[in-house]
Amino acid sequence: MSAAPSVLIKGGTVVDPSQGLHARRDVLISQGRIDAIADAISPQRSARVIDASGLIVAPGFVELHCHLREPGGSASETIESGSAAAAAGGYTTVFPMPNTNPVCDSPVVVKFLLGRAAEVRRARVVPIAAVTREQKGEQLADLGTLKAAGAGAFSDDGRPIMNAMIMRRALTYARMLGTPIFDHCEDLNLTADGVMHEGSVSLRLGLRGIPRSSEASMVARDCGLSHETGGHLHVCHVSNRDSIAAIRFWKDRGAPVTAEVSPHHLTLTDDAIAQGDGYDTSAKMKPPLCCEDDRRLLVEALEDGTIDCIATDHAPHAPATKDTLFNDAPFGIIGFESAFSVLYTAFVAPGRWRLDFLIEKMTSAPAKLMGAEWGTLKPGAAADLTLLEVGVERPFDLSSIRSRSRNSPWLGKAMLARPVGTLLEGNETFAHPALFPAGLSAARSLAPAAVS
Amino acid sequence: MREEVPAQVTTQISGLIPQPRSGPATLEHRHLLGVEHLSSEEIETILDLAAEYKRALVSRPDERLTTLRGRTVVNLFFENSTRTRTSFELAARRLGGDVINFDVATSSVAKGETLVDTAETIEALGADFIVMRHGASGSCNFLMRHVSASLINAGDGSHEHPTQALLDALTIREALGRIEGASISIIGDALHSRVARSAIWALTKLGARVTLAGPSTLVPIEFATLNVRVVHDFREAVQNADVIYLLRVQTERQAASFLPSLAEYRALFGMDGERLAQTKPDALIMHPGPVNRGVEVTREVMDSPRSRILGQVTNGVAVRMAVLTLLDQARLRREAASAARRAQK
Repeated sequence: MSAAPSVLIKGGTVVDPSQGLHARRDVLISQGRIDAIADAISPQRSARVIDASGLIVAPGFVELHCHLREPGGSASETIESGSAAAAAGGYTTVFPMPNTNPVCDSPVVVKFLLGRAAEVRRARVVPIAAVTREQKGEQLADLGTLKAAGAGAFSDDGRPIMNAMIMRRALTYARMLGTPIFDHCEDLNLTADGVMHEGSVSLRLGLRGIPRSSEASMVARDCGLSHETGGHLHVCHVSNRDSIAAIRFWKDRGAPVTAEVSPHHLTLTDDAIAQGDGYDTSAKMKPPLCCEDDRRLLVEALEDGTIDCIATDHAPHAPATKDTLFNDAPFGIIGFESAFSVLYTAFVAPGRWRLDFLIEKMTSAPAKLMGAEWGTLKPGAAADLTLLEVGVERPFDLSSIRSRSRNSPWLGKAMLARPVGTLLEGNETFAHPALFPAGLSAARSLAPAAVS
Repeated sequence: MREEVPAQVTTQISGLIPQPRSGPATLEHRHLLGVEHLSSEEIETILDLAAEYKRALVSRPDERLTTLRGRTVVNLFFENSTRTRTSFELAARRLGGDVINFDVATSSVAKGETLVDTAETIEALGADFIVMRHGASGSCNFLMRHVSASLINAGDGSHEHPTQALLDALTIREALGRIEGASISIIGDALHSRVARSAIWALTKLGARVTLAGPSTLVPIEFATLNVRVVHDFREAVQNADVIYLLRVQTERQAASFLPSLAEYRALFGMDGERLAQTKPDALIMHPGPVNRGVEVTREVMDSPRSRILGQVTNGVAVRMAVLTLLDQARLRREAASAARRAQK
């Protein structure tokens, strides 16, 4: 991307866990990179100034798990709408899963995604390529060639590799490339035709259940393979207590395993499906929401480092496809626009987490497990930033959404924080219309909120 | 389809249709989706009115009421069930309503879109009530968001079948005098049974002690969260039971490895003459039908005087009359309230 003119972000509270910083600072951006962070920086004549007073200035969020649906699923999302949704959620780097049509299993598709992202310029898109051809779990894709084309990770995502030998080969091969395998852990035989967590709620609703073992047995299998081969396994969207135990077991033995957890698994349980009129398809996802005990243990696992970072699994589905019988609705919810708001409201506002902890798990933590230089405001780093308003109650509603889809369980809920501006390599990618009606470097329209 | 009701046989039974009394003798719901969301008072209200209707059905079988005059009840059955559909039809006609049967039974489960399209067509016909049976759990909850008619769930997947449970509750109440304190054992494939779920809600809410029994694959221990006792031994299940309620076991459970074989099911949980002897001498034997004769119950047991497996037709009609009447009254109250609000403005 082309270098932007210098930008000065004035008056904000900089929270950058990568350098242990939480203080009132000005941030100077030159040539698309962080130039300086200091108490007070005078604007140069050429600099555009962003008034961040009363706002949090954080590194742009890093999303290791999302679905942008392009090519082949433009009714639900495109690179353009998905990148806009990411920017509106404070994200600057996103890893889209390869389950598109065609599947991202060839350099052509990787390059197409990178090309579209470069045209759109709303987010840094790092394609995840398929582990096996057409995600069929039978024959390895050309992993080295895919990496050379720009793929940042490999995954067959929701079509898990059921053949353990193929997974073992993939981990062995990916180790040579130094690229992780992102593992959607699910034993399809145990899932069968299940549509939600198997427990008292599924029993009450008469819906087919998915047992914890569907995920946990695959976590155990693949962590063991990772330990044996030395290949980096990243466990996607950990959802239950048994999977946590397996990850902890293998991490303790030195397996090169990392893991992510989603905002929905940290904040919701299977009871969400039974709320209201019941059979709420916006609470239908894989892995399914489990029970309160699982939710609580996921929070603790993120806190103690068993789980490394937060990822939303942003999974857009066109509105019509979710407005149907629970059994027929597709799995998944959107996550970009709501992630920070939901987690701040659930954990930071009540005092369970420090803001720094939340931001770390959305920035430097995912960047670190990828060995990448994103998610930091250290001088010289790419100027990926987000501006956050905290401590003011706002509804999360349709106006908050930039995605083509609106399958969110949080629509209509009150939130205590929201992203209000985003920059990618110094270029504005999102300016909240209420706060920055004429762009980030123009005058603000509202009095800033107090920052505690 | 329409049946003209001769004026001379339309009789209002005095005192039968309660004016909105104080207390809980009404049903304040637009739809009947399940028993889960009914209070024990509401269940009693339905059973009380059903009992009155039943007396009238027996003493004046040809009577036509005018309660639902001008109302249209549409039976929308995506799965075949002559028994339940006929029962709703008789109930609606007896109340003076018009009945339209919309048989759309198909081999595959109708998708959400089809469901909405069909329901919209039906609403265009002026349906006041839609009685629906559908193979997907939650299909009524889903359709509720798309129609303005009152929905009555006649069975949705493995979720609920409220009128069946209510008619069974009426049968039990008649036989035992009261449900509170009774020991009731439900034996069979509870996991896939909508009747079991509705019966559990109805009977526990009315104060019965409910035991669920069957193979551990079909009677998961999580059922205990519904305030029932779960056992996996036939003798333990039937000891001290006042009512033994047998559920249908379907052959397809064998293919999915829920059961080794129907023969093994019969050996462990089937009700035969020998097992009948292990029960309390006056225990009732019930079955929501249709029966897999020789699997969950033998002919011998079905024919025993303690069996209530057949012959609950009248209770079915009476309960459905009560549900239709009470939902219609709730609707009239809602309409009156909104008219009053409009008048105030």
